[in-house]
Amino acid sequence: MTAALDEKMPRRFTDEETGEEGAKIEAFLHHFQEEDEEDTVSSAKISARNLNFYYGDQQALFDNNLDIAEGRITAIIGPSGCGKSTHLRIYNRIFQLYGNQRAEGEVLLDGKNLLDSGTNLIELRRRIGMIFQKPTPFPLSVFENVAYGLRLHFKMPKSELNGRVESALKKAALFDEVKDKLDKPGVALSGGQQQRLCIARTIALEPEILLMDEPTSAIDPVATRKVEELAEELKGNFTIVIVTHSMQQAARISDFTAFFYKGKIIEYGLTKEMFTNPKQKQTEDYITGRFG
Amino acid sequence: MEHSATGRQQSWKTSRSMDLLFRGVTAACAAFVLVIMAGIFVSLVWNSLPTIREFGFSFLFSKAWDPVSQKFGALSSIYGTLMSTAIAMLLAVPLSMVIALFLVELAPPKVSAVVGNAIELLAAVPSIIYGMWGLFVFAPFMADHVQPLLSEYLGWLPFFQGPEMGIGMLTAGIILALMILPFISTVMRDVFAMVPDVMKEAGYGMGATTFEVTKDVTIRYGIQGMIGACLLGLGRAIGETMAITFVIGNSSDIFISLFEAGNSIASRLANEFAEAAEPMYLSALMELGLVLFLMTLILQIITQFWLKRVKKKMGGDLL
Ligand SMILES: Nc1ncnc2c1ncn2[C@@H]1O[C@H](COP(=O)(O)OP(=O)(O)O)[C@@H](O)[C@H]1O
Ligand SMILES: [Mg+2]
Repeated sequence: MTAALDEKMPRRFTDEETGEEGAKIEAFLHHFQEEDEEDTVSSAKISARNLNFYYGDQQALFDNNLDIAEGRITAIIGPSGCGKSTHLRIYNRIFQLYGNQRAEGEVLLDGKNLLDSGTNLIELRRRIGMIFQKPTPFPLSVFENVAYGLRLHFKMPKSELNGRVESALKKAALFDEVKDKLDKPGVALSGGQQQRLCIARTIALEPEILLMDEPTSAIDPVATRKVEELAEELKGNFTIVIVTHSMQQAARISDFTAFFYKGKIIEYGLTKEMFTNPKQKQTEDYITGRFG
Repeated sequence: MEHSATGRQQSWKTSRSMDLLFRGVTAACAAFVLVIMAGIFVSLVWNSLPTIREFGFSFLFSKAWDPVSQKFGALSSIYGTLMSTAIAMLLAVPLSMVIALFLVELAPPKVSAVVGNAIELLAAVPSIIYGMWGLFVFAPFMADHVQPLLSEYLGWLPFFQGPEMGIGMLTAGIILALMILPFISTVMRDVFAMVPDVMKEAGYGMGATTFEVTKDVTIRYGIQGMIGACLLGLGRAIGETMAITFVIGNSSDIFISLFEAGNSIASRLANEFAEAAEPMYLSALMELGLVLFLMTLILQIITQFWLKRVKKKMGGDLL
């Protein structure tokens, strides 16, 4: 891509940029002004630069370049097996749990390459929360699930802990449903509630970024709608990256969309534009349902 | 269409009669097990009637064991059984857990496979080998090296005083632990391996360390299976005969010190059945067998209740 993308510092979307990129940036700016008057300039929270990924000898991602706008929802779409999860799982370096997986390139978080060996993974994962496809409540009570991360990372008096747990549950729009069963096991909740419990557990840590890997694919439509509303509510305070199978979902809630195909990022831009006026043939085929 | 419909109907019919047959056969097998259990229980009670009549409940609380004057009590054997099992579980359970966690969470896959196979092989060694090895190799080692150390550093505790002979309660417990360790650790390994990766990822994703994920996710997730594994080990330990008989020392006394000799129900039965000629003697041994039978039964029931409670607390089956 262009030289601008090779910069170490995260790109700021200002009107100083020119050329083809500049046009895109103007679209960004326009969009932001439309939605959010005071926020005229938004920087990239995460920038992937020439990112390649390998499962053993097998390459799964090819030269991914992507800017995730701060305080916005970015959707990652694409057919099954195209590398959406793989890409997302680099951001919090969860892939490193497995010995044979390897990432090359750079992922800049606020300008610092988080793939550097010096990165403090514990701190990184406190700043970047992850929600999985299947709800993953720990075998603990509802309360302890939400308190889990707080207890790990902070020392605080019980009263403050209670307050933070309650506020996280409220933010996750779950408090009213579970306020009488805080000491019941988390796994006893319904699937949709479990997923919102996981969201509450994650946002209790006040992360800067939320990574969601198909968070609604295992729950029913009503619960899905709740999670979507939640994501829309949370943006602004959080930068959200959501992998989704559903183009409707991407269209409904995201500001930006990246289309992945066979490990490559085919197209990236404003959701509105991509869905109304895709630039690449493959994107068009995908969103019109001709494959995938 | 019609053809396929009748085909389906027929297969439905046959499968229903097959179902009935299947149910009948399985129920009969299950009933057979119950009948055998009941049969063993009844014949044990029947054969121990002489001593039950003679001593009543005091049989359980007396440590007398004198075939000459026909005075019998089970206390020292019950104590020995419980104590040797307790020592074995105390040593084997934590160690097994650590081994299983190492194999699943920390060891490189190749190491894990090799060590795992070795442990499975150990589980196949007959208990008489443990007994012989215990008597000829391990007991002298205990006497020369372990017991002197224990009495030097922990000798202020009443458990580690007395003769440093090698054989005795402590040695029996350790041999038992070695024997049940492979069973418990292989089952625990399988339990931990079943904990879904995504659950562990969720833990790491919150910024937890390996230790924290192990403690809060893996172990909690596997707790029901772990209890099952312990029960398996306990079942083997409590009735184990050969491994114990060689090294427990066969004394009818009860000592606080674990260095002292003792006996267990199983070891007493193995040692004395051949020489029990008088009806009272034989009856006393039979009643010992009955006590062991009931002890395992009670332990089973307690564990089942415990499992139920854990399950309820966890919100259901996790694995
Ligand atoms: N653990 C793994 N080991 C080997 N290959 C994998 C693994 N996970 C995913 N892959 C491969 O990487 C590619 C991308 O997978 P993934 O990122 O899960 O796709 P998506 O999330 O878009 O469905 C697929 O071809 C998949 O087969
Ligand atoms: Mg995926």
